[in-house]
Amino acid sequence: MTVVNATSIDEVVDALRRLPQARLLQGGTDVMVEINLNRAGAGDVIALRQVSELRRWYVDEESRTLHLGAGVPYAELERSPLCNLLPALAEAARTVGSPQIRAAGSLGGNLGTCSPAGDGLPVLSAYDAMVHLRNADGSRQMSIHDFMVGVKRNASAADELITGISMQLTRGFQGYAKVGTRNAMVISVASACLVHDSERGSIRVAFGAVAPTIVRARNAEAWLAENVELVGAIDVSGRLAREFGERAATECTPIDDHRSTAAYRRHAVSVLAERLLLRAATPNTTGNRAS
Amino acid sequence: MTPSSSPTSTRSDVNGVVSSRGVLGVSALRPDGIPKVQGRFAFSSDAWADNMLWGATLRSPHPHAKIRSIDVSRALAINGVSAVITADDVPGQLTYGLITSDQPVFARDVVRYAGEPVAAVAADHPETARRALDAIRVEYEVLAPLVDAEAAIAGSHPTIHPDGNVIRRQRVVRGDQTFIGDVVVEGTYEIGMQDQAFLGLEAALALPDDDNGGVELFVATQWLHEDQKQIAACLNLPLDKVRLTLGGVGGAFGGREDISLQVHCCLLALKTGRPIKMQYGREESFFGHIHRHPARIFMRHHADRDGTLRRVEARVVLDGGAYASTSSAVLINAVTHMQGPYKCDIATVDGYAVRSNNPPCGAMRGFGVVQACFAHESQMDKLAVACGMDPVDIRLKNAMRTGDKLITGQTMDSVAPVERCIRETAALPLPPLLPEEPDVLQLPGGSGLTARRSNVKRGVGWGVSIKNLMYSEGFDDYATARCRLSNGIVTLQFATAEVGQGFVVLAQQIARSVLGVDTVLLEPISTAIGSAGSTSASRQTWMSGGAVDGACRVVRERLFEHVAQRHGLDPLRLVIEGTDVVDSMGSLRFSVAEASRDLVFDETFEHHHRATEELDENGQGNCHVAFAFVAHRAVVDVDVDLGLVKVVQVATAQDVGRVLNPLAALGQVEGGIAQGLGLAVMEEIVLVDGKMRNPSFTDYLLPTALDAPDVLVSMIEEPEPQAPLGAKGIGEPPCISVTPAIVAAIRDATGKDLSRVPVRPQDIVFG
Amino acid sequence: MTSSQDQGNEFYALTVNGMRHQVQDAWVGESLLYVLRERLGLPGTKGACEQGECGSCTVVMDGEAVCACLVMAATAVDADIVTVEGLSTDGEPTDVQRSFVDAGGVQCGFCTPGLIVAVHALLERNSSPSELEIREAISGNICRCTGYGRIFEAVRQARDTRQQGAQ
Repeated sequence: MTVVNATSIDEVVDALRRLPQARLLQGGTDVMVEINLNRAGAGDVIALRQVSELRRWYVDEESRTLHLGAGVPYAELERSPLCNLLPALAEAARTVGSPQIRAAGSLGGNLGTCSPAGDGLPVLSAYDAMVHLRNADGSRQMSIHDFMVGVKRNASAADELITGISMQLTRGFQGYAKVGTRNAMVISVASACLVHDSERGSIRVAFGAVAPTIVRARNAEAWLAENVELVGAIDVSGRLAREFGERAATECTPIDDHRSTAAYRRHAVSVLAERLLLRAATPNTTGNRAS
Repeated sequence: MTPSSSPTSTRSDVNGVVSSRGVLGVSALRPDGIPKVQGRFAFSSDAWADNMLWGATLRSPHPHAKIRSIDVSRALAINGVSAVITADDVPGQLTYGLITSDQPVFARDVVRYAGEPVAAVAADHPETARRALDAIRVEYEVLAPLVDAEAAIAGSHPTIHPDGNVIRRQRVVRGDQTFIGDVVVEGTYEIGMQDQAFLGLEAALALPDDDNGGVELFVATQWLHEDQKQIAACLNLPLDKVRLTLGGVGGAFGGREDISLQVHCCLLALKTGRPIKMQYGREESFFGHIHRHPARIFMRHHADRDGTLRRVEARVVLDGGAYASTSSAVLINAVTHMQGPYKCDIATVDGYAVRSNNPPCGAMRGFGVVQACFAHESQMDKLAVACGMDPVDIRLKNAMRTGDKLITGQTMDSVAPVERCIRETAALPLPPLLPEEPDVLQLPGGSGLTARRSNVKRGVGWGVSIKNLMYSEGFDDYATARCRLSNGIVTLQFATAEVGQGFVVLAQQIARSVLGVDTVLLEPISTAIGSAGSTSASRQTWMSGGAVDGACRVVRERLFEHVAQRHGLDPLRLVIEGTDVVDSMGSLRFSVAEASRDLVFDETFEHHHRATEELDENGQGNCHVAFAFVAHRAVVDVDVDLGLVKVVQVATAQDVGRVLNPLAALGQVEGGIAQGLGLAVMEEIVLVDGKMRNPSFTDYLLPTALDAPDVLVSMIEEPEPQAPLGAKGIGEPPCISVTPAIVAAIRDATGKDLSRVPVRPQDIVFG
Repeated sequence: MTSSQDQGNEFYALTVNGMRHQVQDAWVGESLLYVLRERLGLPGTKGACEQGECGSCTVVMDGEAVCACLVMAATAVDADIVTVEGLSTDGEPTDVQRSFVDAGGVQCGFCTPGLIVAVHALLERNSSPSELEIREAISGNICRCTGYGRIFEAVRQARDTRQQGAQ
């Protein structure tokens, strides 16, 4: 077993070329758990702790695109200024594990592990985020929708590093909601993110933990676009919101497991989508934080 | 926020003795507090010795299988591996067990639960040990597991253990068996398998004697002498060759009453001649200790139209898992407590504790009464509805009193302030309504942002319980303590397992009160002195407290005799006042330090409770020593559409006899409530075909700081004449009736008929 | 870039409580929790879940409270690590440690060191946390004994004492 303490992206991709089977270690919430529980074998590890490039972010003002390094900790996403740019991502970040986990973990880990219960992934899906990858030969980017290919499987090559994510910022409501069976530090039973792009007139909704990968409820989105004027402030009835939730839930394929049942999960995302849409219509009463 | 309870609001601090000396009745601070907050306190997992090796256990992946062969050769060939042991290496008794010795040290021919130990290794590093476990080849022939308790009772599954598939059956039959009440309500209730989930994982360090003829074990346990007895039998050593010292214990709650790694650790030490450290990880801990029995209970209550309870019928089935552990005693507790804290003359109770290929179950805080209470309290609410009564009124109407006959025929001769528990709980203030703009953390779902205020409904529910104290059915679980006084300093010795409950501070308080000293030193807790019995059954304040009190009183008598002789006084004239010995009829006064200068008074005392009897076949007999009572009122907010629950407040009044340390008592009450909350809404070991699906803290959910309700406490102090210090045990009652109270509150908020704990979101949504 | 292998001839150094410690002949897969406890003689940090779900192993790394079980020790070579043993420089209990004892926040004590570190980290970044901020800040630290009531009280006491001291 070899552990490489890389200090730059170049060093990481160089090490990956030499050790393509190596695990990438950032927050430790996946790799270290596997090692501690003797499920990782003694494979090689490339540690990203000292790669400060991965913890940078910036906004390209011209295209209004946020570029987030894959290693920006959840704790930073929760705080100003990032929480003002991407409130839904801040809300998702706040539900990740514990404060200790949020200080260490990052979206790179969510993407690398690609669990359907990854808390940040529904936000990336609802944002049609681009995932930036790099290997020794160069870099490429792909849509989050192409990146996630199955339960804990993604489309990156063995020698590629996830360097970051980019998302075009929107105006309008955005919100995240997650169901777990206790009031803190809980794996998602079902989660949802809804983004209202009030300029272009679209509503995008994505669900976590209800299918092998994150689900975008595209049929429900299209149905909504046909039935509601989505440019500017929106006006929806309770009945319409309920139907939206029910339609969206049919696009999920949840399973029974020790955390919940398929029926409950389908029901839960229906309720979450309904509530998020109602919040989008009356955005002033959401998102209270501890003060 | 609602102000939560604080020690200054408890009765004792208002009316009790004001003293800075840390005597009985004040919130004396625990002597292990500062070491614990500084990280200096040595838990058993912190034990370390030169030249030590790490032990690890190989466990069966199958719930039921024949072992065809075990090949350890590849493990032994690994560099750094010193020993591999199996059932063939057990020199003495091949099994252990608390009541029946039926659990193999290592499975030899057959494994009966997933997680059963098959072999153990000793190696120079935990990682080497893990690789050695991977290298052991065990050939299994998988058998059909028995996982249905009813199949065990029906005899429809082949016998999985030589002792049979039913561990114990016990009826409690009393009164007119043909009686039918004017009002009859019934239901079937299920209780999931709860884990003790103590934070400090199982750990021990075994040091072999120089000649390998004995072993010294530092271990986290609840009962050193019982461990010693079982270990010595397996090692085929005399008792005095197996010496145990308590390693710091990180919580217990019943889960350390049975043997886990003790025998394995000692065997490896004797085999290698080197110190062995063993410690479980969290996953292994779930496999390595027993759990709370999952239960299925049918109950039928008969009452008069005015709500007077006349008859209880019950059929109780506890799944004991693969080995007996304390199942038979847990069953006795369940069946003898089915009436709850209510007067009832007629009973028809039938109970089974069965064997299965599920993980073994045994002691956990509440010990059978948790299961019984969820059923009888759910029934009392149904009865209230059927009689058109308020849940509080029906409980008040039937509240048990001292002098009532129990369904076992035993007379309730403990102080029994059931009515007062209910009334004082009801008098505690309800929480304010949710504010118009609540913080998300006040809502069900918390930072998950699932709910708005308008999605939330509030509910209130009640639970009241009775709990026996000490061991039952003829068992003499005595306690021993030794007190030595010299130069005004007391040294106490006892084998009482300090598991976090605070006996160490209570012992000091007793000595200060009885002997008028300030400095009380504590000897290591070990088998160097006689047994203290187990730290369980809410018994140590009464039993070991009684022993320490007794030993201190004998020393005080000797001191008074000495002083009296020296001054030509009648010793009966002498008393302790503060830190002085005083002649109550004269002017003589000098300090205890002075009185004991250059002298040694050293006395050992055993405290025994009164004798109890075994139950007869109809469940009749004076089987319990004493009882305590408690009432709980829970207030919950429920997001009905998503089935998410936030427990807002729990109010409780508990019958404690006497508060000896307000801060410690409050800690027991609040801590027990959190565990009962866990069982109500989140904690369950999920089994599929005998295999655990969630043996981790990721998926076995414990209440966090954001799940903790505000707790309001009223301590009811009516000293118990039987109890040496007037104090009843307080450890178990807090976790018993809070569970049904919370479920009743959820029913109140949702209108759903919830008959199973933990209540899961899908139960609320689809129930 | 540095790399470590478990050939037995590699070593690395950690900075813990202001002191440099050499770690030699270690298996490189060891967690910081294991190395602190078993190699550096700092057993105050406790392990109870090995997967970041209990907080017992909380240490401060570069100013942030993290779970030591999720840090691979060999990767923490550049970090400034503070454990429960390093909160006080003179051996006297800190204000937070004192308040935990005084308020009854300690029973079995196994979760206590992690909580103490987490509360120190909380009060460092927020000197006047509200009731809910306290609860959220320690929601990653499981306590099985106390039900948290006395722990909340301990944090309140430490907070109030500091505020009085600052006035």
